[in-house]
Amino acid sequence: MRLIDLEELDPLTLGATLLGNGGGGDPYQAKLMAHQAINDFGPIKLISADELPEDALVVTIAVLGAPTVIIEKIPSGQLYADAVRALGSYLGQEIAAILPVEVGGMNTLVPLMVAAELGLPCIDADGMRRAFPQIEMTVFTLAGISASPVALADEHGNTVIVVSKTNQIAETLIRNASMNLGLANSFASYSMTAGTARTVAIQGSLTYATEVGRLLRAIQGGTGSWEDLYAFTGGRTLFEGKIVDLDRRTTSGFARGTVVIEAFANGSSTMRIEIQNEMLLAIEDGVTVLTPPDLICMVDHETAEPITTEQLAYGQRVRVIGMPCAPEWKREGMMEVVGPSAFGYDVEYIAFEGEAQ
Amino acid sequence: MIKDLRIGIDVGGTNTDAVVVDNQGTVVAATKAATTPDPFDGIRAALEQVLVGVEKDRIGQAMLGTTHPANAVIQRRSLQRVGTLRLAAPATVGVRPGAAWPADLLAAIMGPVSIIRGGNNYDGSEISPLDENAVRAFAGEIAGVVEAIAISAPFSPASHDHELRAAEIIFEELGPNFAVSLSHRVGALGLLERENATILNASLLGVARGVVRGFDAALTQNSLDVESFLTQNDGTLMSAEEAVQLPVLSLGSGPTNSMRGASSLAQLSDAMVIDVGGTSADVGILVDGFPRESASAIEVGGVRTNFRMPDLISIGLGGGSLIGETPDGVTVGPDSVGYRVSTDARVRGGSTLTLSDISVRGGRLQGFGDPALVESVSEDTVRQALAWVDSQIEIMVERMKASKHVLPLIAVGGGSHLVPDEVAGVSEVVRPPNHAVANAYGAAIAEASGSIDQVYRYGEQGRESSLEEARWAAVDAAVRAGADPAAVRVTSINEVPLTYVPGEACRVQVKAAGPLLR
Repeated sequence: MRLIDLEELDPLTLGATLLGNGGGGDPYQAKLMAHQAINDFGPIKLISADELPEDALVVTIAVLGAPTVIIEKIPSGQLYADAVRALGSYLGQEIAAILPVEVGGMNTLVPLMVAAELGLPCIDADGMRRAFPQIEMTVFTLAGISASPVALADEHGNTVIVVSKTNQIAETLIRNASMNLGLANSFASYSMTAGTARTVAIQGSLTYATEVGRLLRAIQGGTGSWEDLYAFTGGRTLFEGKIVDLDRRTTSGFARGTVVIEAFANGSSTMRIEIQNEMLLAIEDGVTVLTPPDLICMVDHETAEPITTEQLAYGQRVRVIGMPCAPEWKREGMMEVVGPSAFGYDVEYIAFEGEAQ
Repeated sequence: MIKDLRIGIDVGGTNTDAVVVDNQGTVVAATKAATTPDPFDGIRAALEQVLVGVEKDRIGQAMLGTTHPANAVIQRRSLQRVGTLRLAAPATVGVRPGAAWPADLLAAIMGPVSIIRGGNNYDGSEISPLDENAVRAFAGEIAGVVEAIAISAPFSPASHDHELRAAEIIFEELGPNFAVSLSHRVGALGLLERENATILNASLLGVARGVVRGFDAALTQNSLDVESFLTQNDGTLMSAEEAVQLPVLSLGSGPTNSMRGASSLAQLSDAMVIDVGGTSADVGILVDGFPRESASAIEVGGVRTNFRMPDLISIGLGGGSLIGETPDGVTVGPDSVGYRVSTDARVRGGSTLTLSDISVRGGRLQGFGDPALVESVSEDTVRQALAWVDSQIEIMVERMKASKHVLPLIAVGGGSHLVPDEVAGVSEVVRPPNHAVANAYGAAIAEASGSIDQVYRYGEQGRESSLEEARWAAVDAAVRAGADPAAVRVTSINEVPLTYVPGEACRVQVKAAGPLLR
């Protein structure tokens, strides 16, 4: 066990922003929530799943809603605590720890706040080690773990319990319920035993994000290098250039878009990135070079500050980074859950080749 | 007498510039005066100088761009203590007001804070009815403790009834003159950033009164009976009465004035602009005559706000930059003698070697001081210093460029003699007439504007009809702010789809601007 204090929030937030792949919501606000929770309740216990009894019950917690609503109606700790309590009460069991569902974007920090609020430890593991837009897009789904029952809560203490046959249907049902609950909600799901979490979750995700944040901060401060970051993540620079085209549209609830980057060195070379909340496909001069679940991250070329898809602007000078996904993704069923086809792209998965290969 | 002239004044770190412009946009008179420790001395001096030979009766308006409120925040000076009331519970309690503020600013400003029931959802429905008793109780808590109150509520840019009602109650309890700052008047969506800006605004109300009084006094002393305006971050105007209420909106007006002025003086609407002053140089880019805005969050005095400010690259390169001669070569800046360049520079009989001296010795600057006084400066020093200047300008321009399209570069500001006649990556260097007072010119030609920021549901209303409604609302706001209805136009439309919201909800921001109605 170790304690997460205020100092650790900064690198963790930066790492989470990069691992958000441009989506996952802005972790800045979630950092403020975690900051306030640590001030109010003290440092948060971060444990590995091994430190809990085999049959202890753990649940994931995350925010659900629309980013534009969430920046106005900041979800409070109570709201998350309500969802966890509602799920515990439905299951008739005490909840022993909080497990992040994703480490990437604002949901990286939210479980820490909830753990502080409830006086529970948070497990250093998750179900994605990046951000994805839908709750079934987890290694838990790959392992056959049910997201349901899901408890959804609003700021007034209203809760909805959803019991569904598949994780995809759970996604649809809670998304619809959220629309009636004001679009700034929390949900608790994927209840499992600590023993199960040990075998199915991506271990060490929060520590991984913190280290990514530290390495990136060192680059920003001039004391680190991209080589150090790539040695740690297995990533590499995919492209460096200037944004010359940006197209955004909303279809079926997603913020979809396409961004085209022109190389600094050679103006006739371009990279096109397809976006559905997160950056998902990278196509260099017509050839697909990176596909989900591997990661596409974008940073400002001068400051190395991660750029979220909402911040994309014509003329920005950017570095596009590719990183391999967590090895836990590489199992049977990956294509159906998070491969290119799961997002409606008619391309084959391409195993990402980092600097190391 | 026809009031066909207007005055523009810009208070910069080094100089206070003033221009008189006629209704064709022609410069009738222009001057520069040193910015003084009390900026109003500089304003008075600049006014006096610029009015020589001008018929005062013809002057109808005076526009001021000033860094005064910004400096007050940066230096934590003359700020009022503020009570903060957020109308939102049970939502938003996860992050309290003042979170992530620098401790010294919190200590200087923040009084009692409370989150009470109230506020609206994105669709206009209430989160909770406004808890009027809690507003009254908060009024009791702050009475005699703070000088101003900041009130915020979720989605208030679209639904502001609760903020208005809370203000009414504060007036009932604390008197009609109590200083109230409401978030829907200050900023756009993004509760924390808008609330931060509202608190800063409330803390600046005293400073704003001082600025407006000082400006009016300077005008009166020069026997000017004119309407007075201040320029805002977006390059448009607010009346002196508005400026007293919303000083925070003037915090970033300097660079905007300079770029708008450059655009108009050079008659170019798409170009890059470099503004070289005494201490620093800024490069920005004009798109359709307006500065391209920064995409990232803007921090003011260490506090995150959601203002739209010009996207700028700034470096310490100005006419007053100090030259150092070391065994390893020549160094330039970042220290500067600032406004003292006119007395301290070698060519002016001073003892400090500055970039202005280099520029005179290198033949880029004429008519400033006595060239004989810098003859002893070695050619090697001049060559190295100018090479540094040229490469810095080239790097800034390259970083700012939006595409491989080659644009002209408009050079403005008192230090723009430093910009070489040829810069790699630009089509030409344009030095418009009166370029040295582009800031003040930008203030003088500033227009009235209005904007809206609202969530529309395209699914119900249709995209075209929603956008049309938004356009009209913005135009209407601009006309209410004084724009000529016959000449007002929409200057920007920004649509951001709301992910996961049904009915194709979209956040729409529209801005409209037009010349003042005479």
